[in-house]
Amino acid sequence: MKPFGAVIARDLRLAVRQGGATFLALVFFLLTVTLFPLGIGPEPAILARVAPGVLWVAALLAAMLSLDRLFQADFEDGSLEQLTLSGLPLGGIVLAKIIAHWLTTGLPLLLAAPVLAVLLNMSDEGFAALLLTMLIGTPALSLIGAIGAALTLTVRRGGVLLSLLVLPLYIPVLIFGVSAIDAAVHGLNAKPHVLLLAALTLAAIPLCPWASAAAVKLSLE
Amino acid sequence: MFQGRDIACERGERRIFSGLDFEISPGQALVLRGPNGCGKTSLLRIAATLLKSAAGNLLWDGADVAEAPEEHRARLHFIGHQDAVKGALTVRENIATWSNIRRSAEDRVDAAMAAFGIAHLADTPAQYLSAGQHRRTALARLVASRAALWLLDEPTVSLDADGTACLQRAIMDHRAEKGMVMAATHIELGLDDVEFLQLKPQ
Repeated sequence: MKPFGAVIARDLRLAVRQGGATFLALVFFLLTVTLFPLGIGPEPAILARVAPGVLWVAALLAAMLSLDRLFQADFEDGSLEQLTLSGLPLGGIVLAKIIAHWLTTGLPLLLAAPVLAVLLNMSDEGFAALLLTMLIGTPALSLIGAIGAALTLTVRRGGVLLSLLVLPLYIPVLIFGVSAIDAAVHGLNAKPHVLLLAALTLAAIPLCPWASAAAVKLSLE
Repeated sequence: MFQGRDIACERGERRIFSGLDFEISPGQALVLRGPNGCGKTSLLRIAATLLKSAAGNLLWDGADVAEAPEEHRARLHFIGHQDAVKGALTVRENIATWSNIRRSAEDRVDAAMAAFGIAHLADTPAQYLSAGQHRRTALARLVASRAALWLLDEPTVSLDADGTACLQRAIMDHRAEKGMVMAATHIELGLDDVEFLQLKPQ
């Protein structure tokens, strides 16, 4: 097996073994979204209006909640040090870990979103846009989040600091994700929003692993 | 041949050591000596490129390590204070994971477990291991994938007499295959023909 694939396989195996902790983000996502109909009342028109925003905000928070898992455990038990020394460029290792994080966090969120959209009475026109924006946008959440996770490695109880760092950076993803769905729901052209979201993710693919690798390197010194 | 020239270490503005030279040729072992806080761990971490030397450079067969750090990392094993053993994985999985990531061409996982006397624990999740068995699992990485340079930071911590003997044998085999060892240890590893590098507190 190639080292890059071996790192992904390792993280996936660990995620499956640790079961509960891994799918916490998904459970959080389900719970937060189901809170909204209880909080703002069961009026179908209102729920349909807020559905895209609620789904995306809940997805952002769920993804953020799972970020400390990305490097923290490996940092504490010395695995991150060993990964750094594996002979693979650190940026590549970080990218492999981000991919594994997306597969265990972003992908389940993406699969759960349509079900929750039904619960929120989102209009049928929005489903394709919802799936598409989640598919394009959730990788950006893992990528951007990795920077925050790497920067807060040496901070004790860095969870709050992590959210302060990462949430502002998530705002563009939120804006373009929600506006694409809104456009589709109202029969407008969703393409520009989707393209902007895709541009964000594409820019994040080379930049974020590189920046996270630099932060990881600093934290190991 | 692995050399350090004029190596210096600074931690938090404080100079730990400076002007340090060392040299290890194939088959040789270098043991770092000195009181707590004199920079043994820092020197090993510098040799592993985890830490930057404040001055000087590291040379591998005359070529500057800083020019191709990934290449250098691929040819070394570093055993630090932390074991990098995952409780959720079995002993075999732990060792195999690292040899997969390190692109080991041959399957030496069983040989590695045998060398450290943990073959009977192969399918035990590492969270149920004792501290010594945990350490042995970490050390088995040394044998599971080949690397020319072993950097060992207090490798005998929590090992019993038998574990220490396993490590001695592994080091002897490694040196017989022209491997190099750089180790920081307070107890005698029982190795013959080693060089010592005495670090002085500044």
